[in-house]
Amino acid sequence: MSRQLSILILIIFTFINSHANAGDDGKLKLNENKNGYIEVGDCFERVNRGIFAFNQALDKVIFKPLAKGYRMFPQPMRSGTSNALSNLGNVVTIPNNVLQGQFKDAGINSARFVINSTLGIAGIFDVASYYGLKKRDKEDYGQTLGVWGAGAGCYFVLPVLGPTTVRDSIGSVVNIIGGDAWYNVTVANDTQYFSEADYYSSRLLSGVDFRAKNLESFDSLENSSVDLYASVRSLYLQDRYRKIRNIDKTTDTLSDDDWEELDTQ
Amino acid sequence: MKLLKYLVIFLFFTNFSNVALAKDPSALINEIVDEAASILSSEDPVESKIIKLNAIAERSVDINGIGMYTLGKYRKSINEEQKAKYQKLFRSYFLKSFSSRLVDYTNPRINVVSQKKINEKYTIVNSVLEATSKRPQVKIDWRIYTKNPERPLIRDLIVEGLSLARTQKEEFNSIIQNNDGDINALFKTLEEFLIK
Repeated sequence: MSRQLSILILIIFTFINSHANAGDDGKLKLNENKNGYIEVGDCFERVNRGIFAFNQALDKVIFKPLAKGYRMFPQPMRSGTSNALSNLGNVVTIPNNVLQGQFKDAGINSARFVINSTLGIAGIFDVASYYGLKKRDKEDYGQTLGVWGAGAGCYFVLPVLGPTTVRDSIGSVVNIIGGDAWYNVTVANDTQYFSEADYYSSRLLSGVDFRAKNLESFDSLENSSVDLYASVRSLYLQDRYRKIRNIDKTTDTLSDDDWEELDTQ
Repeated sequence: MKLLKYLVIFLFFTNFSNVALAKDPSALINEIVDEAASILSSEDPVESKIIKLNAIAERSVDINGIGMYTLGKYRKSINEEQKAKYQKLFRSYFLKSFSSRLVDYTNPRINVVSQKKINEKYTIVNSVLEATSKRPQVKIDWRIYTKNPERPLIRDLIVEGLSLARTQKEEFNSIIQNNDGDINALFKTLEEFLIK
């Protein structure tokens, strides 16, 4: 298993780095600006736009109505669901904290997971925050690969799942080859306590919860955008850039030489 | 000696007036947030709200600066005529999308938390949009252009770390790039948006 994992990691780095070196050939570019912001190439833009349109239609028919329905539940119920899902996410965040060398965060997240899973009744109540263990940022294997220096590779759009990059999808693959304890006890192994349905319903609920929290922002983006596909791509890549660098300070996110060149006063 | 005295008095008052007129970027945000909140929570018809919100934007946002920023690398390759046309179109586009985004909020509560001066030209003001029963709390940061300290202007809004200006820039650049670098494609798209 560990040998397979080593081979996979080797393939990942070879693949991503070979693309990073491919240069600006019109197919892919990974240019780093003076400020360190990385431009990620959209290798299959035409196909991606098609899949994006399909996802948009799916959203209109399924996810948006579901999110609107979910919004009708009382606020404490939605908060409890959101807390429980977030608590479950710790089983991926904790190993990634360790892999990124964030040992303090790993300790805090582990304590939060234990406290909230027990005293907080399966994570519904965030009891750990009451004890001073504040919620930390989520981490995933795509972020870890980024922290280790792997380039993003191409940007592309997956049916249903939405925007991603080569690096981030490889990160997701790590979840299903043993990196996600929740997946292991529900789908990968036949335990008497959980079933596959638990995993897939938690994923679906997670998506609906996210969509419900962003109903107005999505509508606003859609209404004011002149190229929605490009906007979503930009937002996704900015978000991943910020998460990989674990940037809290806004000023770091914002450095952009273009601002320095412009003088209107 | 008398000349020196006048010079000292002149310098004192010039300096004093500069200090007195310099506007704190946080004060600018507090001022416009309060003003916008009172407009949005009023019983005015939507059209009237839009006019008032646009007046705030015209006064406190560097629309021309944002417009040129969002052109990215293409701003260096356009001629004066195209530049003038773009600025006019961008102004209308900006005001339309700005007010349509805001007008749906009934009573947004934004609290300024802190500010940080990056350099002589920029200060970042950090604020928080309070949570409602529909959505969680949102961090909003404002990039304020302070080259003229007496008239600070907003150049970007960063929502949860995501820059709206950068998003806009990448959106516009995508349109131009997908039309073989032809800026007229962007003009056409903006014109279509405006008549929508």
